Amino acid sequence: MSIVTVQLGQCGNQVGPEVFDVISSDALEGQKKAFCAAARERFFHQTPRGELVARAVLVDMEPKVINHSVSRAAKSGAWRYGEASHFSQKQGSGNNWANGYCVHGPRHRDVVEELVRREVERCDRLAGLMAMMSVAGGTGSGVGTYVTQCLRDTYPKSFILNHLTWPYGTGEVIVQNYNSVLTLAHLYQLSDAILVHENDTVHRICGRLLNIKHISFGDVNRVIAHQLASVLQPALTADSRGAYGRNPLGELASALSCHPEYKLLSVCTVPQVPSSSMAYSTFSWPSLLKHLRQMLVSNTKMEEGIDWQVRPPGGSARTGSPAGSGFNRSLANLLVLRGKDVYSAETGGFEDPALYTSWLSPEEAFSLWKSPVPFNKYEKCATLVSNSQALLRPLDDMVGKAWNMFASRAYLHQYMKFGISEEDFLDCFTSIEQVVSSYSQLH
Amino acid sequence: MSIRESDGGACAVGGRIQHLKARAVLVDMEEGVVNEILQGPLREMFDSTQLLTDVSGSGNNWAVGHMTYGSAYREQIVDKLRKAAEHCDCLQCFFIIHSMGGGTGSGLGTKVLSLLEEEFPEVCRIVSSIYPSAEDDVVTSPYNSVLAMRELTEHADCVLPVENQSLVDIVNKIKQMSHAGRPGSVIRRDSTLISGQGGLSGAEKPFDAMNNIVANLLLNITSSARFDGSLNMDLNEIAMNLVPFPRLHYLVPSLTPLYTLADVSVPTRRLDQMFSDSFSKDHQLIRADPKRGLYLACALMVRGNVHVSDLRRNIERMKPSLPFVSWNQEGWKTGLCSVPPVGHSHSLLALANNTCVMSTFMELRERFTKLYRKKAHLHHYLHVEGMEQSMFSEAVGSLSSLIEEYYLLDATKGRLVPDAPRLRIAR
Repeated sequence: MSIVTVQLGQCGNQVGPEVFDVISSDALEGQKKAFCAAARERFFHQTPRGELVARAVLVDMEPKVINHSVSRAAKSGAWRYGEASHFSQKQGSGNNWANGYCVHGPRHRDVVEELVRREVERCDRLAGLMAMMSVAGGTGSGVGTYVTQCLRDTYPKSFILNHLTWPYGTGEVIVQNYNSVLTLAHLYQLSDAILVHENDTVHRICGRLLNIKHISFGDVNRVIAHQLASVLQPALTADSRGAYGRNPLGELASALSCHPEYKLLSVCTVPQVPSSSMAYSTFSWPSLLKHLRQMLVSNTKMEEGIDWQVRPPGGSARTGSPAGSGFNRSLANLLVLRGKDVYSAETGGFEDPALYTSWLSPEEAFSLWKSPVPFNKYEKCATLVSNSQALLRPLDDMVGKAWNMFASRAYLHQYMKFGISEEDFLDCFTSIEQVVSSYSQLH
Repeated sequence: MSIRESDGGACAVGGRIQHLKARAVLVDMEEGVVNEILQGPLREMFDSTQLLTDVSGSGNNWAVGHMTYGSAYREQIVDKLRKAAEHCDCLQCFFIIHSMGGGTGSGLGTKVLSLLEEEFPEVCRIVSSIYPSAEDDVVTSPYNSVLAMRELTEHADCVLPVENQSLVDIVNKIKQMSHAGRPGSVIRRDSTLISGQGGLSGAEKPFDAMNNIVANLLLNITSSARFDGSLNMDLNEIAMNLVPFPRLHYLVPSLTPLYTLADVSVPTRRLDQMFSDSFSKDHQLIRADPKRGLYLACALMVRGNVHVSDLRRNIERMKPSLPFVSWNQEGWKTGLCSVPPVGHSHSLLALANNTCVMSTFMELRERFTKLYRKKAHLHHYLHVEGMEQSMFSEAVGSLSSLIEEYYLLDATKGRLVPDAPRLRIAR
C-alpha cells in the first residue's frame, strides 16, 4: 500500500527530498528483497524503464525551491520526481498565513487536487496521505492547511498524517507564532496525526551528537528525514502477521491518536552518531532501550544530558505530575526497532503502567513494530513516536508569545487584509489553549 | 533626480544583455539625467514607452511636482505603469526610488505613489527615499520633505529612508581606509560598497559613490528573489514581518561590510564582526543609533556562504545589547541567500523598524519649522493651483503624530511589561 506525499512551501520541499533520499538508498543497498519491494511500493512507482519516481506532489508559491529539489533528485540517478508533479507560482505568500489560506489555497485548489488525484490513482492501494510543511511561514502553513482541508474533503476515509517542522524559538519569522497557532488550530480538526519536529531540538542533535561544526538547514533536514523514514519504512507490526505491514499510517494513527484532543506526536531516535564514528561504535538493545525509555520519561530529546533522577510517580500517586518533577506522562507510545537481533530486544520497560495515563491499559497504550533489516547504515536503530507531554512546553511558549503579540494588536492588519478577523484569531487561540490544557492535565 | 522602478516577480527574459529590458518607468521633469542614461551603456534597457520627461523641471517645488505635473501627466503615468505591469507574469511589488528634498522626486514621486495605490491596491509599494542633509543646498528641502512624508506615511507599505549625510560619511570612511595603506589592511580592488563593481560605467561622476551604496541596498534586498538560498526572504515577507502597525513602516537600513580586505581567509571572527558592525551607528544609512532606540522588529538578510548556525549564534550574541519591544522579544526575520555580492564572500543587510527614526524626523520637523515660522518661500507653493496653506499644517501634523507614535513605544523601553493574562479554559 502506498503513501502519497504532498510537499508544501520551502520547508516541505526541502525536507521531502531528503526523506526520499534516505528511503531510496535504504531500499537499494542489496537488502532483503521483500523489504526493498515493500519500501519501493510504498513511496515510489516504477516506470517501464525501471526508474523510481516518488509518489509526491510539490506545491509552493514561488519556484526556486521546487526547481532545486526536482533537479537535485534527477541528478542523483537513484530516484526522481514526476515530470508534471509540481505546481508553483511566482509571488510567494509573504509569510502570511491568511494570504496562503484565504487567497492562494482557494485560487489553486483545482490544480493541486488534480495533481494529488493523479498520484493517488497511480497507487494500487492508498495507505494514506502525508502532508509535509512548516508552521512558521505563509505557504507551508497557510496553503498547507487549506490543502489538508481539501484532502480531508476529497478522501474522507483515508488517513492523513501531517508532518510539521516547528521553527527555532528565536525567530526565523517574526509572525511565526501567529502562523503556528492558526495552523495547529485548524489541523487539529482535519488531521489524523500531527508528527512534529522542532528545529531547536534537531539543531542540538546536529551540534552535540553529530558534531557538526557549521550546521546548515541541509544537516537539520537530513536528521529529520532519518527519523521520519525510520518510522515509515516497512516494518512487521502486530497486525501484519509476519509480513511487512501494509497500513502504516492507519496503524500509526490507531496506535497513537486514540483521542481527538490528543494528536501531537513527537519523535526520538537512538542512536545518532557521526558517520565517522559508526565503524567504531557498537550498540546493544538493552542499552539503547534503557536510554530511550529515560529520554521519554525525562522529556530529553537526545541521548545527552539525560536526567536519570526523573522517575514516574510511584504506584497509586496518580494525581498528575507534581510540578517541577520533570516527568513526562505518555498517552501512547509506538516503538520501532530495526536491525540486527531485533527479536531479542526486551521492551518490557515501555509497558510499565506508571508511564501512562490511567485510562488505557499498557497493552493498549504501547505498540511495537520491528524489522530485522538494518536502517540507514545503523546496525541497530530504535525510534519512539510518542503521544505525550513532550511538546507541551514548546506549544505553551508558542501560544504565550502569540497571545502577547495579539494583546498589542501587532501585525493584525496584515492578516485582516486577507480576510482573517480578530474573531478567527480568538477561535484559534481558544482551540489551542484547549489542547494545552488537555495535555497539562494528563494523569 | 527622480527615477521610478517597478519590479516584477519574474526575472527578465534571459539571453544577451541587448534583450533585457528593465522593468522600470523613468520619470523626470527635466531631460538631462534621462538623456544621459539613454546615451550611456544601459541605453538598450529602456525604450521610449518607459520614459516620461518634460523640459522645465519642478523648481525644487513639491507643489509643482505633485499638483501641477501630477494632474497634467496623470493619464500618461497610469498608462505607462499599466503597460509595464502587463509585461509581468506575476507582479510582486513596486519599488519607488526618489529623493525627498527636490520638486519632482518628492512631489511627482509621491503622486505616483498614490496613483499606484489607486490602480494596484493589492501590490506592495516599497519606497527608497533619499533624505536631504542639513547642509542641503536646496533651501526649501524641509518643506518638500515634510510634504512628501505625509504621502509616504499614508500610501507606502514600507519606506527605506536614506540620509545623504550618512552616505557622505560612509564614502569618506571608505576613502580613508583605501588611502591609509596600512600593511595588512589593503582593500581588495573593486570590493567596496562604492566601487560600482558590476556596474558598467568607468568614469566616476559626482554622487556616484553615494548612489552605489543605495544600489547595493536594493541589490541585497532583492537577492533572495533572484538567487537560491536555504531560507528565502522575499519583498512581501519583508513588508509583512517588519510592519506591525500600518503607519510605522520606516525601516532603517544598514549594510556591511563596507569593503573587503585583501586578506582572503575569512575566519569566523570576521563573520561575527560583520554582524556587530551592522548594528553600529556608522553603518546605518540614516544618522540614528538603533541601539539607543527600541526595536519593533529587525530583518537580517545574509548573503554568501554563511550557515544557519552562524546566524543563530550571532543573534544570540547581539540580543542582550539590543532592546526589543516587550511583545516582540524575538522579533527577528532572517534570510539566507547563497550567492554573495560581487567582490565579497558574504554580506549582511539589516532592516530595523526602530524608534530611533524619531530623531531623524524630529530634526526634519525642526528645519521645517524654522522656515515655516517665518513663512519663508511659502508664496512659491501657494501660487500653485490646488495647493493650500492647510496642506502644510496637515503635513507637519501628520509628521508630529508619527513622531508621537514612535515616542510612545520608545517610552516602554526598559519597562517590565507583564505578560497578557491567557485565556482560561473551563474544565
